[in-house]
Formats: sequence, C-alpha cells, structure tokens
Amino acid sequence: MAQGQAPGPVPSGQGLHERIQKIAAQYPQRRSAVMPALRLAQEAHGGWLPAEAFREVADALDLTPAYCQAVASFYDMYHLEPVGRHMVEVCTNISCALVGAQQVLEAFEEELGIRAGETTEDGSVTLRTLECAGGCGWATVVSVDHRYREPVRPEEVPEIVQELRDAAT
Amino acid sequence: MPRPRRKAQQHLLFEHAEGRDLTRIAEYERVGGYQSLRKALKLTPQQVLDELVAANLRGRGGAGFPMGRKASFLPKPDQTAKPIYLVGNADESEPGTFKDREIMARLPHMFLEGIVIASHAIQAKAAFVYIRGEYLTEFEIFRDSLEEARRAGLVGANILGTGWGLTVVVHRGAGAYICGEETALLESLEGKRGQPRTKPPFPAISGVYASPTLINNVETLATVPKIIELGGARYAKIGTASSTGTRLFSLSGNVVNGGNYEVELGTSLRTLIYDLGGGIPDGRELKAIIPGGSSVPVLSADQVDTPLDFDAMAQAGTMLGSGAVIVIDDRACMVQLGLRVAQFYMHESCGKCTPCREGTRWMVQLLKKIEAGGAEQAELDLLLDVCDRILGNCLCPLGDAAAMPVASYVAKFREEHQRHIDEGACPFGGESSLEGVLAPVDQHHARLRGQIEVPLHELA
Repeated sequence: MAQGQAPGPVPSGQGLHERIQKIAAQYPQRRSAVMPALRLAQEAHGGWLPAEAFREVADALDLTPAYCQAVASFYDMYHLEPVGRHMVEVCTNISCALVGAQQVLEAFEEELGIRAGETTEDGSVTLRTLECAGGCGWATVVSVDHRYREPVRPEEVPEIVQELRDAAT
Repeated sequence: MPRPRRKAQQHLLFEHAEGRDLTRIAEYERVGGYQSLRKALKLTPQQVLDELVAANLRGRGGAGFPMGRKASFLPKPDQTAKPIYLVGNADESEPGTFKDREIMARLPHMFLEGIVIASHAIQAKAAFVYIRGEYLTEFEIFRDSLEEARRAGLVGANILGTGWGLTVVVHRGAGAYICGEETALLESLEGKRGQPRTKPPFPAISGVYASPTLINNVETLATVPKIIELGGARYAKIGTASSTGTRLFSLSGNVVNGGNYEVELGTSLRTLIYDLGGGIPDGRELKAIIPGGSSVPVLSADQVDTPLDFDAMAQAGTMLGSGAVIVIDDRACMVQLGLRVAQFYMHESCGKCTPCREGTRWMVQLLKKIEAGGAEQAELDLLLDVCDRILGNCLCPLGDAAAMPVASYVAKFREEHQRHIDEGACPFGGESSLEGVLAPVDQHHARLRGQIEVPLHELA
C-alpha cells in the first residue's frame, strides 16, 4: 500500500480491477471504494493518475471517469500530473515555519536544483511543500516517500538527497 | 518519541506505555488491556451509555461536545430500520496537533478497544476508522493491531462469545483538512469530494449512508476503556468540574521540548510550556500562545497562567480546540503569522460557501499587502471587515477558523500591524522567524503563472 514508493513495473490491468472489487465489497455502498481505488490506480501508473487510470477506476466501480477525476482533484495526495519516482514534502505550516522550515525547504531546493512544486529533470524527485503534517513538536517535518523524518535540519538535507540519488540508480 | 513522565503529568491513557510496546496485543493485555471491553460486554448498552454520560467526557477533536450525550442522541435499533454506525475520526490535521498520531502509533489497541465498547453502547454492527492519508505508518500499525484483535476474537463475528459482532473497516484519507469536519468526513467516506453537509440533520440521525452515526475523535474513543475501568463518576472527579479527565496536549513552536504531554485538565499553560516544555529557547521572550490549534484566537504572553480547561479558555476569549499549544516567541512577525494561517485556510477551503471561499482569498491578499508595506489604512479595517463577514456565515467551522485567529492577531497586536502601514515596510526588516515561508498555495500560483495569464486580482 506504500503509495509513492519507487514503483516497479506497472502491475496494472486485471490485477487492479480485482483488487478494487475486493475493496468495494468491504463497504455497504461500492462508491466508498473510490478513494482506495484511486490510490491503487495511482500506484499502478507510476505515482500519478492519467486519463486511463480514471477509466479503470470508473469501470471497476460503475462510475464515470469524470466523477473519479472530480473526486481525485479534491484531494492533495492524488496527482493529476506526472511526479518523480520519489516524493519529498516539507511541512511549512506555522509550527514548522516558526523553527525554520523555510531554511529546510531552501536546502532541498539548492541540493536538488529545483524549486518547490517541481520535479528533477531526470524524473527522480518531486519536491513540494505540505500543509501541517502532524509532527509539530518535532519540527521541521519532512515526508520522504510518505515516511516522516522528524526533525530535519538544513544541514541534514544533503544526506537525504544523496540517499534518494543512491536509491534511484 | 515519548517523553518520560514528569511530575506535572498525569497519565491515564499513557499509564502503562512507558518502556512497553503496547502495539502488541499480548503486552497490552498484560497491563489490563481489553479488560474494559470484557466488563462493558457484561453491561447493557444503556448502562455503558450511562457511564459515558456520567464521565462527562468532552470531545477531544476540537468542538468539545460531551461524548456521552452525543451517543445518547442516536436512535436505538428498535427505533430505526437502518443500520447504526460508529466512525472513528482519525483525520487529525488541525495545524499544531499530533496527539492522535501518537495514540495510534503507541496505543492502537486502546483506541480499538474504545471503538468496540462505544459500538456496543450504540449497538452498531459496523465501524469505520477514517485515518488521514499522510499517516501511513500509523495506518499500518493500526491495521496490524486490528488483525491481532480479530484473531483474538475481540473484533469481528461473535465477540467473546456474546453473539454480537462488529466489522471494523479502515479508510484512508488523501490529503484534505476539511475531512476532519464530521460531515465532510462522512461525504469522503461515501466516496465523494469532502464537502460539508448542512446540519441538521446531524450525523446521530442521518450520518454515513443516511444512517444513524456516532462520530468521535481518536483520543475521545481511546479514553472510553479508562472510563469503563474507573466508572464514569470516578473519571469525572479528575480534572475540573466541567472539563473532566486528562488530555494529551501537543506542544510545539518556540519551545525547548516539543511533544505530547498528558496532563489533567485545569493545569496551567505555564506549567505545560515551562515546567514540561522547558520554556522558550535561545533566551527569547514569550510573545503569544495559540492554545488550541491554528483555528483559535491567540493569547498574549500575559495570559500564560490561563488554565487548560474548556471554560477558562472561553473566558480568556479563545478555545481549547484540539489541544494544540503553539508557542510563539518575539522573533515572529504577527502579520506574517496571520498570512501563513490565512494561506492554510484558503488552501483547505472546500469552495462550497462563498464567504469562506472568497473571504480567505481576500484575507491572504490583504495580509500580503500589509506585510509588503503597501497597504492603506483602510485596508487594515477592510481585513477585519472581511473576517466579520465570514464569521457565522458558513456551513462548517472552516471559515470561522480562518477569521477568528486573524482577527485576534490584529486585535492583540494592532500596533505591530499599524507599524507595517506607517513605516511602509515590515518592522522586522527581514529578520522575522516566519520571513518568506512558502505555503502550498504559493506553489500552486507559481505554476499557474507559468501556464496561463491570470488576472492579478485572482492571485493572492
């Protein structure tokens, strides 16, 4: 279920359809499965949701692709555009900001050579800011592939980036 | 992650947590875990409800509504043709709050035991736990605990041979603050965009799948086993008369030892910040305190002796909210703080109500202008006017949650705001701790600017 982890070969197609059916059966109404289904589809498509993914989810749950896209566009964790193989998210909400989140973010920008909201040219890392991650007492919180690192200080950023570079090769 | 127990702390939830891995069912049972469930199942649902009412436990999510009374609003199975549901609200996302996360990471079985007992009290046969999407590790821990409990016959069909069964489904969110609002959460659980519903009807009558639903916060549900263990009346003796029990406070910001602290309600902010939190680092001065998450009005430094209880906070003009205490020292510019808070609510506004959707955008624009030193005097008044037009005019509390804190920053730090206008620049001269913080809305707008021509007034 580790969304955003470096994805292997695409295990899409039939497997996805069956997995969605299994999830849908847990709920009194099948439509409740649209969020977990979108998550699975996103994992199967390399971390984002192309038009094909919406068709697959819609087919599995008897919804329309437009409906699925409308749901996906409401939530921050569904990506409507391609993302890097790794996701680095820096919380810049007030508790983190008060103790230097901006400096941590800038250290990532410098180390990766991109601005927040962008993906490195080789497609390995997407960097973005995050609203309160829920680790405020251990600020600054950085989420790397959906696992929290806390606290992260600017001087620790090069090591994290190196770790991602090593994992990408 | 945990901090050792110190004098000022009183542990009810975390009583046995130190040095033990209570995520394992065997360890949890060794310290009395699931004994409350066994006890509750020998009581009638009404008797369990009576204990919850007697405990006078006020909801730990933010609104502070008494849990027992909320549970009493649900129809009984013979009064409704519909199934009855329980929903655990684990969509913790109020800025400053990270207590439910620690409960799920360290006391998942206590949370689950509370879910099963509360489900028995309302005679539900199915429960959902809505966990915020970012809490991946906590989701995995809870899922594993659920599986352990299932194997032990404590969840699922025929619990402990009583003939009553409870299905528990874990549902993960996907990044939307608004889904912590109960009706938005229910919409999201039904597979929709998380936009709040009009109330009434309240979830107790028409909740998930238009069926009677009890929805409670993680900490609230995790406290239920303790209430059953002690008895409601005995639990109610802890804390103050109207704010019973202990609470897990999330301490963050400019404080030496940030973290979660379980203290008796009624303990002072000073005790939390100085005795437990070690005070303000780097020899700085305390400037302001946000006592209940970013949605609540701010307190000034001279209010640091305010007790952490619901009524005392109301008297001080603010709220205990989600129990998130954010400490702000004299390095922070209050206009920048207001801007960052407004940006958050603008980003998280679901767009359903005009005052919130448009008002948060206006707030961001005006605060940006004030911070940059280019605002007219009338624009400071306009900011307060916008706040005023949001307050009380939206379906859910998100709009108020943006307007209340920002209006309070102006009220309490009027002179600092005024100096931005009079001096035509931020008086911190680039030295504020919050200088230049990039919010997710800034990032979206940077992208929009690159793609299409957007009229300036549409960009905050």
